[in-house]
Amino acid sequence: MKSWLLQAALQMVLALLLSPLVSGFIRKLKANLQNRRGPGLLQPYHDLFKLIRKGTVVSEHASWLFRVTPYIAFLAALMVSLMIPMVTALVPLSFFGGVLAVVYLLALGRFFVALAALDTASAFGGMGSSREMTISAIAEPAMMLSIFTVAITAGSTNLGWMVQAALQHQERFLSPSHILAFVAMFIVLIAETGRLPVDNPATHLELTMIHEAMILEYSGHYLALIEWGAALKQLVLMTLLVNIFFPIGVGARFSLASVVVGLAAYLGKLFLLASAVALVETSNAKLRLFRVPDFLAVGFILAALALASTFIF
Amino acid sequence: MNSESIIIFCFQACLCSYLGGAILSLVLDRWQKAANLIGFSCAVLGGLVGCVASILVLNRSIFPSLLVWPFQMPLFTFSIHLDALAGFFVLVISLLGLAISIYSLGYAAQYYGIKNVGALGAFYNLLLLSNTLVFCAGNAVFFLITWEMMSLFAYLLVSFEHEQPKTRQAGILFFIMSHIGTGCLAIGFLLLFKAAGTFNFGSFHRIGPQLSSLELNAAFLLFLAGFGVKAGIIPLHIWLPEAHPVAPTNVSALMSGVLIKSGIYGLARVLFDFLGTPPVWWGVTVLLLGSVSALLGVLYALVEHDLKRLLAFHSIENIGIILMGLGSSLVFLSFDHPVLAALALIAGLYHTINHACFKGLLFLGAGSVLHATRTRNMEDLGGLIKKMPGTAFFFLLGSVAISGLPPLNGFISEWLTYQSLLQGFGSTEKLLRLIFPITGALLALTAALAAACFVKALGITFLALPRSRQAEQAHESSGSMQAGMALLALACVFLGLFPMIFLPMLDSATQQLVGQSISSQLIAADGWLLTALGVEKGSISTLGMVSLFLVLLPLPVALRLVFSRQAKHELGETWDCGLDQLTPQMEYTATAYSKPLRMIFRAIYRPRRQVQADFEVSRYFTKSIRFETHIEPTFEKLLYRPLNRAILRLSRRIRWVQIGSLNAYLFYIFLTLLALLLWEKVY
Repeated sequence: MKSWLLQAALQMVLALLLSPLVSGFIRKLKANLQNRRGPGLLQPYHDLFKLIRKGTVVSEHASWLFRVTPYIAFLAALMVSLMIPMVTALVPLSFFGGVLAVVYLLALGRFFVALAALDTASAFGGMGSSREMTISAIAEPAMMLSIFTVAITAGSTNLGWMVQAALQHQERFLSPSHILAFVAMFIVLIAETGRLPVDNPATHLELTMIHEAMILEYSGHYLALIEWGAALKQLVLMTLLVNIFFPIGVGARFSLASVVVGLAAYLGKLFLLASAVALVETSNAKLRLFRVPDFLAVGFILAALALASTFIF
Repeated sequence: MNSESIIIFCFQACLCSYLGGAILSLVLDRWQKAANLIGFSCAVLGGLVGCVASILVLNRSIFPSLLVWPFQMPLFTFSIHLDALAGFFVLVISLLGLAISIYSLGYAAQYYGIKNVGALGAFYNLLLLSNTLVFCAGNAVFFLITWEMMSLFAYLLVSFEHEQPKTRQAGILFFIMSHIGTGCLAIGFLLLFKAAGTFNFGSFHRIGPQLSSLELNAAFLLFLAGFGVKAGIIPLHIWLPEAHPVAPTNVSALMSGVLIKSGIYGLARVLFDFLGTPPVWWGVTVLLLGSVSALLGVLYALVEHDLKRLLAFHSIENIGIILMGLGSSLVFLSFDHPVLAALALIAGLYHTINHACFKGLLFLGAGSVLHATRTRNMEDLGGLIKKMPGTAFFFLLGSVAISGLPPLNGFISEWLTYQSLLQGFGSTEKLLRLIFPITGALLALTAALAAACFVKALGITFLALPRSRQAEQAHESSGSMQAGMALLALACVFLGLFPMIFLPMLDSATQQLVGQSISSQLIAADGWLLTALGVEKGSISTLGMVSLFLVLLPLPVALRLVFSRQAKHELGETWDCGLDQLTPQMEYTATAYSKPLRMIFRAIYRPRRQVQADFEVSRYFTKSIRFETHIEPTFEKLLYRPLNRAILRLSRRIRWVQIGSLNAYLFYIFLTLLALLLWEKVY
């Protein structure tokens, strides 16, 4: 019981501290790839700390929904980060919800943010909300299919079990179904975290922004919670991608040695994936909104192929 | 008194109070207030004792049906039976009837002096009565009679506001479609009668093997069509989005919550209880029909901006999800996996009661909006969360629940559906198994689209600035209306957080239908975990999620208290690009909200748009602009209109038979008799 609580607390601290760093890393690497110096690695921490200390301006048209949404979005992402395997396969709260609950809890956060975007009567909010819900809806089938592929192979939707099942069959890491599902999930990651070529996280141009348009009216600590929640969500999705597809180095027990090895492996994989995201962002132009479904359809087809190949190979 | 006699007494009291409510409403017709008060109070009472009776039935460990009321008639025995399956559906109707009747006490007040409140109360009570009887009729003839009564009273209620031509049309469409369905059912029951020799449901039990395979498959298709019309399965759904919006809202809620469920009841009764072990293609057909209905239902809902029509399309979606559970359960039965069949059946039944709760809640919320603003058009609404805080809160709960988001009840049943689909992959044959994950992915798409749709419905209706004067002058609904909504909201929360209390009540129903009771395998860790037949296969705990939320909540609150206590927190204007003032015209509209999806799925919608602009000087100076957009009613155009035309042409062709002479008609009767006698002789 005690070690279980300790584990949960440690994982929460890790997730909270690591998530802004991943965003900062992608931003920095992107800048370097574009021959810019870019903001420092720790810039997201400075931003969050600045925002938390600042006062807020809330629209006079907004209702109580606008004020509770940041808490719900942040806490939903934080809860999810306690339900996924990060460093060891012993997930503190994996019994509270498997991979399906992870997807649906993230959807809960998005549901409220999209509602709050409509709450201020701003046309930008409505636009962002409409686009975000559209893109997340059409990303959902690809996401579920690639998750199903792993869940079916493991015979469980419990993330801890999925990792352990994958660890016992390391020869499967390079099987076609695994790789196809991984690529499909990567496409979903790009869409869900609002990265290029689907959405540009750095833009504030009215007609192109999606996620930024939704949270345009937020300020101060509300904005900090929303941004931190988004960073946590990104971390969660990236962790799912590296740890349920390639759980190399994930500790099977909770001991000092396995935690150290697990942490090193986890950070290595995470930053490798972050580099891939930065590379994709740098080498692609933003897609027109109505080209995004084609992009996500590719993800869906790959996931369907992955599924079909689980019993062909 | 032992428990059986308590159940029988409660159930008889339930039926009597509906009947009494109907009679008293008619008698008190002159005194509208009294008619309203007494009529709907009787319905409240009936719902209450109905709940008690059905909960007691579901808690019985043994499940032979209870004979509630035997009528001896010369030709048939009209018996009323309560078994586990009937008990479950009686629970659904009683719970929903209870909440809606409380709501109606306030809602019907708007009709004083305008409409006949006594008739409303009478038909309403009779609809509850006949629908309850449908669930516990123990005989096919009696079943069809109650089924017809139910359709008839529903028709009378749908056309209650008959001054509008649209309402009359919708009522007639409903009536015709219902009768097509009943026709199919009658033939289906006759096929079963041929094998059994009686009309008693008891002797229909597992009668399938006694029919030839042609008859058996014909019976399956007839029942699927007959019950499918009532359930609103696509493509038999066309009456649903017409009839639900025009009925008084309490009736829409009842129809959407329970009446269409009588189709699900019928399918469960016939497919699991009567027809025996199904061939694989039955289950696959039901599963595919379910996913298509779910997806198309939500897609049509998305482009709707009539609040009640939107909800009606969502009923089609949710019926689809229920059918996905029933369909996979049938497939598992064919492959002889009774435990999995029970899991999938539980998913379907759980979603049935969930849908009744949240859809009832949402319809009541829409009714309050309609009551307060006199419009169902979302483009004229907005800002109601400030005028109607209670209604907005309940509508929010309903929206979270229907979108399948944790921790409310929709999440539980969708999770169970996913789990049964996932486990179906490993338990069936080669190519067939691909159907399960693919339908699972479609379910994911459906759920995500439903979430988008309810962000739209809630956001446009309740948030931001009011878009019309009616919306500006809206007022909160009366206490009884809010109490009705609160009851259903509580049910949604209860079913979401405490599945471990509710699931054992489904045991006797699954035991009766598939021969397994598995609730003990679904619940682990003293009720904290809901598992998919074992913790190692996956588990969730909504109660755990809520506790975790509450444990973590101090963290962001503390951040605020520690760091930004001294900062200024102020109200300000929304960013309007530097204009003088933000007006409602600048807000996003419901049509705009669904535009991206309308573009993406244009192959399904086939949208048409007309833009008419008047110019001054040059075409860059628009004086006025008129924009119209339609989506094509595909099924009406491709299926129903040609069918309609063909029937009309055929009837013109054979009209000469009807020559208006009595002698000729007597001759026809004689010829028919002769033909039948010859038939009997030859075969």
